[in-house]
Amino acid sequence: MDLKLDHHSEDRLTIVEVEGEIDVYTAPRLRELLIDLVNKGNFHLLVNMEKVDFLDSTGLGVLVGGLKRVRAHDGSLELVCTQERILKIFRITGLTKVFGIYASVDEAKEAHGRDK
Amino acid sequence: MATVELTFSALPAHVRTARLVATAIARRTGVQESLLDEVRLAVGEACSRAVEAHRLHCPGEPIRIELRDDLGRFEVTVTDSAPSDELEHDRALLGFDDPFGQLPDDVMAGFGIAVIAGLADDVQVYPSQKGMCIRMSWPAATNGMSPV
Repeated sequence: MDLKLDHHSEDRLTIVEVEGEIDVYTAPRLRELLIDLVNKGNFHLLVNMEKVDFLDSTGLGVLVGGLKRVRAHDGSLELVCTQERILKIFRITGLTKVFGIYASVDEAKEAHGRDK
Repeated sequence: MATVELTFSALPAHVRTARLVATAIARRTGVQESLLDEVRLAVGEACSRAVEAHRLHCPGEPIRIELRDDLGRFEVTVTDSAPSDELEHDRALLGFDDPFGQLPDDVMAGFGIAVIAGLADDVQVYPSQKGMCIRMSWPAATNGMSPV
């Protein structure tokens, strides 16, 4: 499956919906979207990965790159993911300590609201 | 011993094809369903690394994968033709200290082998001037690949 990307804003939070496979071929599209969002002043990003079928280290690199960019503006990049096969790659690389990972968009929005 | 060989040009689009072929052969070889995601991800990581290396050093050269049913193990070997010490040198030049956030996101590429090591049951990495060879294997059914 190819990669489908969409995004919308709720209050100060921009939710990025990702569906399909994030790999060396498709990751540049996600990177472009994240860069574009940051350039347009969206510094609090929530990436919903519930419909992601595949994620490799190239995709991780894009997410880390996005995190670096938003942090430069005191922003945040957090994830929604409950799929074990996706979470496993975050655990192997130790990135569970770097990203806030939530079980649902609502849970992430609630946490984001508390932090405001 | 049954072997399937696949060669492909160093294009990112072909990595998905390599993953699909490896997963299909692993399934036929008798690798447990619960391990197929690991095979898919590890083969994808090895092929992505090889594609990036070839794009830097030898974009016209193909990347080779061998998928082997060997005495109750499913073994995958990904071989590239890019001098691995030069590649590591290029990555060292990129560095990880990026106060302005201007470096490409592929500085994470070195994570690929770490991911493979975390996924495959058995991994050997052979870097050389002529390229890198990554061999990984998983347990499979002892009766090996179906002749069909």
